[in-house]
Amino acid sequence: MALVKYNNNSISSVTALGSLPAGGLNLITTNTITSGVSSSSFTSNIDSTYDTYLFKFINIHGATDGSEFTVNFRDGSSAFDATKTTTAVYYYHSENDSEAGGSYKTDGDLAQGTGYQRLMDGSTSGADNDQSLCGDLFLFSPSSDTFVKHFIAKTNSAMSWDATGNYFVAGYCNVTAAIDGVDFKFTSGDIESGVIKMYGLSKS
Amino acid sequence: MALNFCNNNSLSSITALPASISGGGLNLISTQTASSSSTLSFTSGIDSTYKEYIFKFINIHSSADAPLTFNMSIDGGSNYNVTKTTTAFLAYNAESGGSPALGYEAGRDIAQGTGFQDISYDIDNVDDGSTSGFLHLFDPSNTTFVKHFIATANTQFPTAYSGNYFSAGYGNTTSAVNAVQFKLSSGTMDSGVIKLYGVS
Repeated sequence: MALVKYNNNSISSVTALGSLPAGGLNLITTNTITSGVSSSSFTSNIDSTYDTYLFKFINIHGATDGSEFTVNFRDGSSAFDATKTTTAVYYYHSENDSEAGGSYKTDGDLAQGTGYQRLMDGSTSGADNDQSLCGDLFLFSPSSDTFVKHFIAKTNSAMSWDATGNYFVAGYCNVTAAIDGVDFKFTSGDIESGVIKMYGLSKS
Repeated sequence: MALNFCNNNSLSSITALPASISGGGLNLISTQTASSSSTLSFTSGIDSTYKEYIFKFINIHSSADAPLTFNMSIDGGSNYNVTKTTTAFLAYNAESGGSPALGYEAGRDIAQGTGFQDISYDIDNVDDGSTSGFLHLFDPSNTTFVKHFIATANTQFPTAYSGNYFSAGYGNTTSAVNAVQFKLSSGTMDSGVIKLYGVS
């Protein structure tokens, strides 16, 4: 075994830190999409290791103009159909300055619904070559068997009507069963490209 | 050079790791400290290394009642004038507890403009007034898509209000963004810190 020496106060020739924690934000899985897929699922490593999981979605590009990027959660079966109650707030501004504003999005929330939760407004997520959406979603204590499962998400999108949309979603899966899977997809058409990363936030 | 020794199975006196070792998901790239600064610019370290960059601005204290603003550059900082379409809204409450509200800030958004975007509400120019928050910039080196950003700040604004300000949008360019500049809409940043992180 080659001797690894200190280089002043840095370490040289080291390529891994063994069992040392990588820091507060630990990358678990990366789903890179380079050709059309109907959904992007995370079905492993969502457990009690971390109290908080963070999903980052970067330059998600849809195949269908005007479709909506959505999320759902798996609570024990093979289906992504956890019961949810949520809120949604939406702000928008068109490139031609003709429309701007926002408010609570009454058709973007769920009340004990099992369907997919929008992470952007309807008629959004433009499919022009340069249009995409980015954002993140925090999922709290998915393995708790006592409490509901809270989540908070924010997204910015280049929308199909040439406008920027800023969308805030939060709510809870109204189940005490563990959440062990998360699925992202568009309401219609494939995810053509993009990256979704799942991180765990260290407990200490 | 002093010899450094292993301390049982831990390492002592280490201040840096090789570049090949990630410091974790959130990697500090650079820190800038304001001192009566008209601008703070980040002209290096924004490239294809990370898919997301986060700027944390901490206790930016202003010489005038003015918002913190930012702009992007596609030429390494020679010009900060990327075309943007953005949204802005504010939730606020007075220290007195009167008239809390939430509303769209029509005067602070941009429609295909090249000017600086407000990322905080007006900072109160009092001794204890400041703003703190985050700016997320996604995939700046991508040459296919627009450049999304999402910012959140909390600000003590005149007179004696707390304002939670949200701005977001995209730089409507497919050119790589490789520099970012912060400044107040008027006056100088008398103190405060802005940190740039890359997210692994």
